[in-house]
Amino acid sequence: MDFDDTPDEAAFRAKVRAFLDGNAERRKPGEVEGYRRGQDTPGAMERAKDFQRRKFDAGFVGIHWPAEWGGQGGTPIQHVIYNQEEAKYDVLSGIFGIGINLAQPTICTWGTPEQRARFVKPAMRADEVWCQLFSEPGGGSDLAALRTRAERDGDAWVINGQKIWNSGAHYSDFGILVARSNPDVPKHEGLSFFILDMKTPGIEIRPIRQVSGSSHFNEVFFTDVRIPDSRRVGPVGAGWKVALTTLMNERHGMRDAPGPDVAELFRLAQEIELEDGLAIDDSAVQEKLAEFYTRSQALKFTKFRGITALSKGQTPGPESSIIKVVAANKLQDILAYGLDMIGMAGPAMGDLMPVAGIFEEALLYSPALRLAGGTDEIMKNIIAERVLGLPQDPRADKGLPFRDIPTGARK
Amino acid sequence: MNFEFPDELLQLRDQARRFLADRCPPSVPRRILDTDEPYAADLWRGIAEMGWTGAAIPEEYGGVGLGRLAVCVLAEELGRAVAPVPFSSSVYLATEAILLFGSEAQKQTWLPKLAAGEIIGTFALAERPGSSDPRKLTATVAPGRLTGTKLAVPDGDIADIAVVAVNGGSGAWLHLVDLRAAGVTRETVATFDPTRSHARIVFSGAEADPLPGSTGPETVRTVLDYAAVPMAFEQVGGAQAALDMANAYAKERFAFGRPIGSFQGIKHKLADMYIQVELARSNAYYGAWAVHTSASELPIAASVARISACEAGWFVTKENIQTHGGMGFTWQMDCHLYYRRAKLLSLALGGAREWKHRLVDELRARNTTGLEAA
Repeated sequence: MDFDDTPDEAAFRAKVRAFLDGNAERRKPGEVEGYRRGQDTPGAMERAKDFQRRKFDAGFVGIHWPAEWGGQGGTPIQHVIYNQEEAKYDVLSGIFGIGINLAQPTICTWGTPEQRARFVKPAMRADEVWCQLFSEPGGGSDLAALRTRAERDGDAWVINGQKIWNSGAHYSDFGILVARSNPDVPKHEGLSFFILDMKTPGIEIRPIRQVSGSSHFNEVFFTDVRIPDSRRVGPVGAGWKVALTTLMNERHGMRDAPGPDVAELFRLAQEIELEDGLAIDDSAVQEKLAEFYTRSQALKFTKFRGITALSKGQTPGPESSIIKVVAANKLQDILAYGLDMIGMAGPAMGDLMPVAGIFEEALLYSPALRLAGGTDEIMKNIIAERVLGLPQDPRADKGLPFRDIPTGARK
Repeated sequence: MNFEFPDELLQLRDQARRFLADRCPPSVPRRILDTDEPYAADLWRGIAEMGWTGAAIPEEYGGVGLGRLAVCVLAEELGRAVAPVPFSSSVYLATEAILLFGSEAQKQTWLPKLAAGEIIGTFALAERPGSSDPRKLTATVAPGRLTGTKLAVPDGDIADIAVVAVNGGSGAWLHLVDLRAAGVTRETVATFDPTRSHARIVFSGAEADPLPGSTGPETVRTVLDYAAVPMAFEQVGGAQAALDMANAYAKERFAFGRPIGSFQGIKHKLADMYIQVELARSNAYYGAWAVHTSASELPIAASVARISACEAGWFVTKENIQTHGGMGFTWQMDCHLYYRRAKLLSLALGGAREWKHRLVDELRARNTTGLEAA
């Protein structure tokens, strides 16, 4: 039992470090990674694309993909090692995550050889940026209830409807889209999956103003948008299965919640003066710090268990499915406790505040982390059904043609 | 990274699970609960014959020499089986204290007997309700004779020897005492988990043999650190068994025309139970790494393993009762076996509150929040 790299892993890590040292700036000690921090700064996209090209040229994109996808034929553990190292540097490769981690594996799994040849490499190099067009106002957790229509017209499909919670439509070249091609069959059977050129006429993009006041998401409206049938991925009516490939890639990542963690809470407790002295000397604060520390460590070691499986060439066990839900809730608990310590001055934001205002910032973005990529409730359903083997809820819409499914007034 | 037990210990785990499924089904802890038998002596002999009592004892002292990781693996299975045996007292505590701080002569005298299960050892620390901080101890040793009262000593009524913690001043803080000798009075005390026996022990001039390595109160804590890790595995094993029980019941029990496990109120509860078990298991693994390598991080690793295990044990065993509804509150269902045992184990070695303070003290002493390491 050890935390050490195997000799092969150590050699790969050294190669990764050499590349990153030569091509990126290391994060400063104590610098906190916020949620999408830095993505809005001027020139961010150009810098991100420039880095991505160098990363591609160095062979660090698609590390664990098979060679026939255009990947490096490496191992999942190499992919993890690369990401562990890259996280220590100030780079914004997350912008390209939808294209590389979600769209291309889906296209490689379900698409035609022509689609693979056309789209994979430009996405890997960030010559083309991708977005995802799945969620709708009436279909979030119940994604298969989506209503955007795809109607066949000759050798094309005509799209009408609306998507929501889209990241990056305004800077993306392509999107992956799921739409309803047949409303007369049960909901999972009437969907089809498409590649949409975002420059097609009839697409309108409206930013959503979030709780935080900033706008990282869009609503996207389609009015008679035409997609050639050659851009359909998988068979007509198989869109749900194709989308599941995307969702599995989205959810299987062992994702943590960026923002203030125990280290920041310790720093805060060492700065903040309470009734009887420094917060860190307060017995109640100490117990909370210990609880948060224990939870953070448990998350870290749960990831290590998954990494161990990868290192042995196995699939991570079901315990990896708890990481997202635990991390997002821990973030909210930590930021709430931190703000409570800050007390009456807490509402102020920015550099005036301890630990660079990260607690106040996290207050406003943290709700998103419990929603995106599967809400807490959906994640717990997944644990209950797929890990513990509990039965599904009875579904009121089971077997009904989509057009006969009841809908509420609120969509 | 290899954050997993080696294959031979995973095999030992399977073997232990089969052995205990056969020799320690729930009827065994129930028998101890329902009768005056203080522990399952037949099971204990079987465990000794399997070599488990000597798992961490080097071969030169009559043990099997498998090391501390093996004890962790066995502990998880004993927890799963709610085994009514003095394994934790004898192996995690008495044996460990002698291994850590005993003289060569003490090791040669006692370890072979402990390894063979010929004698049962225990560890006597707490004296009264409240903190078990060794600096607050009042038991003392005046030349070779121990005086003081210990409450409650796990397995204190069935053990042959005890490692007793005293306020040792500049001398030894841990002493070996033969509990069958003069100057020792012990009485069994009633507890909320009669599947594990406890005693009040009064020492009035009992002969005491100092462990020479136990030179200060911190050495008493060190024994607890080493014991907290297999104890965490035992707690995780019990929590896993309670989760498995709730899971099976949620599938079988119907209400309102469908299995209760199809209601989200139950599903999400079970998902939360699973989350607690896995978090506790991950921190227990960290503890296993620390005892295996005698890492300097042991006080931190033991604390997080302990805090997580106490939280998981309580949450999962109480929610197992809740999942069973009224049936869960009956003597007939096994839910209460896990519930009692979980709370018992979370008090043995001191409650989570004490360990939280120990954890923060350790982190501050190292001027770290530790998250950057490892």
